[in-house]
Amino acid sequence: MAAPSHGVIATFDTASDIYEAAKKVRDAGFKFWDCITPCPVHGLDGAMGVRRSKVPRFSLIGGILGFTTGMSLIFFTGAVDYQLIVGGKPLFSPMFAFPVSYELTILLTAFFTIGGMFILNGLPMHYHPVLKAPHIHQGLDDKFLIVIESRDPKYDAAATKSLLESIGGKDITEIEA
Amino acid sequence: MSSHADSAAAPAILSEVKPAVLPRATLVEHDRSFGWITDKICGIIEGKTPTWWWICFALACFVASWTVAGITYLVATGVGVWGHANPVNWAWDIVNFVFWIGIGHAGTLISAILCLLRQKWRTSINRAAEAMTIFAVVCAAIFPVFHVGRVWFAWYLFPIPNANYIWQNFRSPLEWDVFAVSTYGTVSVLFWYVGLIPDLAILRDRFYKTGNKVRSWLYGLFAMGWRGANRHWSNYEMAYLVLAGISTPLVLSVHTIVSFDFAVSLLPGWHTTIFPPYFVAGAIFSGFGMVLTLMLPLRAIFKLEDLITQYHIDCMCKITLATGTIVGYAYGMEFFIAWYGANPYEGFAFINRAFGHYAWAYWWMIGCNVITPQFFWFKAVRNNTMFVWILSIFVNVGMWFERFVIIVTSLARDFLPSSWGYYSPSIVEIFTFFGTFGVFSVLFLLFIRFLPIMPMAEIKAVTPQADPHAGHGHH
Repeated sequence: MAAPSHGVIATFDTASDIYEAAKKVRDAGFKFWDCITPCPVHGLDGAMGVRRSKVPRFSLIGGILGFTTGMSLIFFTGAVDYQLIVGGKPLFSPMFAFPVSYELTILLTAFFTIGGMFILNGLPMHYHPVLKAPHIHQGLDDKFLIVIESRDPKYDAAATKSLLESIGGKDITEIEA
Repeated sequence: MSSHADSAAAPAILSEVKPAVLPRATLVEHDRSFGWITDKICGIIEGKTPTWWWICFALACFVASWTVAGITYLVATGVGVWGHANPVNWAWDIVNFVFWIGIGHAGTLISAILCLLRQKWRTSINRAAEAMTIFAVVCAAIFPVFHVGRVWFAWYLFPIPNANYIWQNFRSPLEWDVFAVSTYGTVSVLFWYVGLIPDLAILRDRFYKTGNKVRSWLYGLFAMGWRGANRHWSNYEMAYLVLAGISTPLVLSVHTIVSFDFAVSLLPGWHTTIFPPYFVAGAIFSGFGMVLTLMLPLRAIFKLEDLITQYHIDCMCKITLATGTIVGYAYGMEFFIAWYGANPYEGFAFINRAFGHYAWAYWWMIGCNVITPQFFWFKAVRNNTMFVWILSIFVNVGMWFERFVIIVTSLARDFLPSSWGYYSPSIVEIFTFFGTFGVFSVLFLLFIRFLPIMPMAEIKAVTPQADPHAGHGHH
């Protein structure tokens, strides 16, 4: 096993096991680590010390951009670029421009939200050492895993393994980088 | 204990909400484990293609070919083959468009509005309902795109500079429709895809284990490298919540704007302010009708009774009952306002709907939309799956007639008796419309064969074993 190590992975059986274990890993002062769970676990963010997601900031930017795009598009095309009176109506009014701007607000918010989620999660990432772990598929199926990465300043292969063991982790293995 | 605990930030919004302390129905029966849920749903995709699937697929392809033939003939000959002429210049094309868009609405309603309202029973039906939305939008789009006649100019609908130098008329509700429907289609696809990512990752891993490299690679490609990390889930859940938050006004706005196509005109029978809420209620009503029509056979075929429980069917029936009653109220209110508004043209339009040449369509509509849902008051009816399924088909038929009544009766008898007429569809139109059911079925059959029909991660999240505080109260 000369290959450099990505970190250590341990298996837990239930949601409450991983919840308790996550609190202990957090308190041990680790920074580069994560829980792998088949579904979002209620309260695990708090147990891990993960901050509130920043996705809504992207959404807000998308929303503002969408609304402004709609309004300025209709103002430019109707009142500036080609002035054409239709049915005696004004060349521009925010009233009739609203439905289109509203839809564009939603469209761009959706794109920015999903884009933001991908950026914050570092996806798409089709290669990741964790995906090579022998029992990773269980982490999406019915088991709960904790991965502590070797780049963490507190990482020490033997000590980390024994920590995971002491908090109830099973099948503790090292993952190749 | 340490400084780390102090700096621990508040958990994401999804985990902050405290459920009301009420007796809750079980959402997954027989205490099924996570592994059972994965095996059950993935098993549908991994198993051998059943014979019934091939039979249905062949049949669906045959029916879909009617739309292909109808459209080919229309493009080759001209839009006149649809049989629209003065005074009914809009008929089955717009009827079918509004009908299909309406069908789609339940999908987004289930995934967005019910998500915001914390209705956890949505989890086992939302994936299929969202798929239904997307396929319904595809069917809907066929009609406005081809009714423009020279379909190769359909891109003129979008604000792209063209040789004529004239921009689109943004004062027109028809132009608003372009933005509403294309946004709706796009956001529905995005919403659906984001929901699929964790499940595609499960399939990637399962096919990898069984050595099916091609399918593992394909599912892996679309899973984007998802690995179920909690920091990912945190952003994912927030993104999903924001999407639900923006899709909710989107659902309401799309059918509102569709109704503006009529309400903003001056035609008696169309020019009414009740249209936006009435169209939205009707859309949800017809959408839930279609969800029931699709989910009940799926539940029986794939033996999904533990996941789509009687409680789920009850909830869907109750929403159908509520929205159907709103639709019935709207019919009554239209009549009342036609009389109370003292506009003779408006009054005539409504009396003509009920007792004129198209009375047959009107009474079909009343029968299917007002009377049918009232059966859902009774628990015995809601418990009888076969009966619910038959009623759900009546709902779909009724809602098609509703759009037909609104559009055709108003146009056939407007202000001047000299311009009155009677419209019947042409054979091309009939085949094009019935063919769209084939198009829809082809897409839906491919969906149930190749993609997980239920969101596994979300179903797991509503089971008791996903709660780390089970039996210890809230932390």
